Amino acid sequence: MANYLLIDFGSTFTKLVAVDSVESEIIGTTSDFTTVETDISEGYQRALAKLFSKIGKKIEFEQVIACSSAAGGLKMAAIGLVKELTVEAAKRVCLGAGAKVDLVFAHHLNQSEIKQIFDEKIDIILLAGGADGGNFETVVFNANALGKAGIKIPVVYAGNKSVQDEIIEIFEKYNMDGHICDNVMPAINVLNITSAKEKIREIFLKQIIEAKGIKKIESEINKVVLPTPSAVLEAAKLLSEGYLEEPGLGEIVIVDIGGATTDMYSICSSSKRSDVIIHGLEEPFAKRTVEGDLGMRYSAPGIVKSLSEREINFINKDKGVDIVNEVNRRYANVKLLPENTHDEFIDQFLGEMCAYRAMHRHCGRIHEVLTPMGKVFNQTGKDLSDVAYVIGTGGVIINSKHQYQILRQTTNILHNPSELRPNDPEFLVDHNYIMAAMGLLAKIKPLLALKIMKKHITQIRGNQNEISK
Amino acid sequence: MKTIVIGVIGADVHAVGNKIIEYTLTKSGYNVVNIGVLSSQEDFINAAIETNADIIMVSSLYGHGEIDCRGMRDKCIESGIENILLYVGGNIVVGKQDFTEVKKRFIEMGFNRIYPPGTPIDEALKDIHADLGE
Repeated sequence: MANYLLIDFGSTFTKLVAVDSVESEIIGTTSDFTTVETDISEGYQRALAKLFSKIGKKIEFEQVIACSSAAGGLKMAAIGLVKELTVEAAKRVCLGAGAKVDLVFAHHLNQSEIKQIFDEKIDIILLAGGADGGNFETVVFNANALGKAGIKIPVVYAGNKSVQDEIIEIFEKYNMDGHICDNVMPAINVLNITSAKEKIREIFLKQIIEAKGIKKIESEINKVVLPTPSAVLEAAKLLSEGYLEEPGLGEIVIVDIGGATTDMYSICSSSKRSDVIIHGLEEPFAKRTVEGDLGMRYSAPGIVKSLSEREINFINKDKGVDIVNEVNRRYANVKLLPENTHDEFIDQFLGEMCAYRAMHRHCGRIHEVLTPMGKVFNQTGKDLSDVAYVIGTGGVIINSKHQYQILRQTTNILHNPSELRPNDPEFLVDHNYIMAAMGLLAKIKPLLALKIMKKHITQIRGNQNEISK
Repeated sequence: MKTIVIGVIGADVHAVGNKIIEYTLTKSGYNVVNIGVLSSQEDFINAAIETNADIIMVSSLYGHGEIDCRGMRDKCIESGIENILLYVGGNIVVGKQDFTEVKKRFIEMGFNRIYPPGTPIDEALKDIHADLGE
């Protein structure tokens, strides 16, 4: 017997997936509301009881592993020097570690920025700045500023290595919880994610999960190993690359539309073309972006916020709804589940908007430059045009009656030649909501996780006529 | 080690000279940060800030250098690297013009060293040594 229980303590739901490793099959999945304000184990016990009643008997688990994005997830501040360089590099490291980047600062920190770090209840600060051997004055200034302000939360230093010793002295002088790792941008446009990402994970496991009330449950489970987005990223990488003799799907994009954020993951190289000149900071092969203003509930107002009044009027007239009222209603009641066709229609529409916008921000751009030597293509960001699969996950996609309509928003439907969106991908859906769980399972049984994902992440449901159109 | 940011500015894709400059300066003991072709003023300046560079060396071969370089010193001042040395060289203006005039215009634009077409990089190397007090 080898059963595994995978738990995802989400911001709204605690989701359970039980797996039988002998049969390589899912035994059952259930969920209940996350109860992090009182005692996180209440929600977990309720979900577990549901699971047992679903299976019809109590079963034992060899290992119980969890990931968490409860209590606001992992909130980080990314600090760098130049916006397009070390600031962007720091931001990408935070996102790659599964964090929510609530604050992003460049150049010298000022008092109001430091105050925001306190006000926003940031969990970890990533302090970068300067290529190795380059600018050090700013990062030393910022470390001192954080120290003087009495910052006691963990600070991960991933800046210019030449002043590492000075930074350590500052950490000691102000009695700070400082951690040192490799520079996120050791040379211009070179991105180095690994060291800082591992350090962030380590701190998350040692310190943050305790603060988030998840430690209480540690006696009942084996361990919390990752922030949820990080688990999804692990699953995505495994599904893309394959494991040993079991092939993966190749280059993929995953869109995860949640209540508070829309996360986009792409597992692919940044360009396969030889006729383009690539500009800007190096892109990670496994890239995650998070849109904190695009979501189905908490962040629903963000969807209409960026629209002009004219666009809102157009939508209201075109769809026969009051879109502002609808998003506010969802914001006010984040537990709202669509009960009628009207609600379903609105959720569908919001889901489509999230998918379109999130891809707009995730994908790279290409521009034609006319030079005396002819036409040249200038690329920034990642080229997703040849991606084989776009995979949808998250409640709105999984429950939608028109999954295709949401997923096709990630492609180049408006024929905007500058956006490097997927051209003609196949669409798949994570029907049982197992991606985060499989990311956890991948840590101990990668082959099993891969086989289960390949079995359960399948063709979209619904109207085939609609799809072939 | 002194740091020099090099690159080709504007819609210019001449990559060969750029590589020669990188090779020569690296061999002469400088930390060369090569941002490559099709680079904007901002690309040069951002790289210079992050690497604490001493010199920005701009190449332009396609004749539009004068337009591409305009306002670069002002942006350096705004970005807090007002004391950085700006070098420029190549076919930096349209057609065959009197170089003393060209030089004057680039000095007014805030460039420290201006090189006419066909200058070997070794010549600039002497100026680099002098300007950096080596």
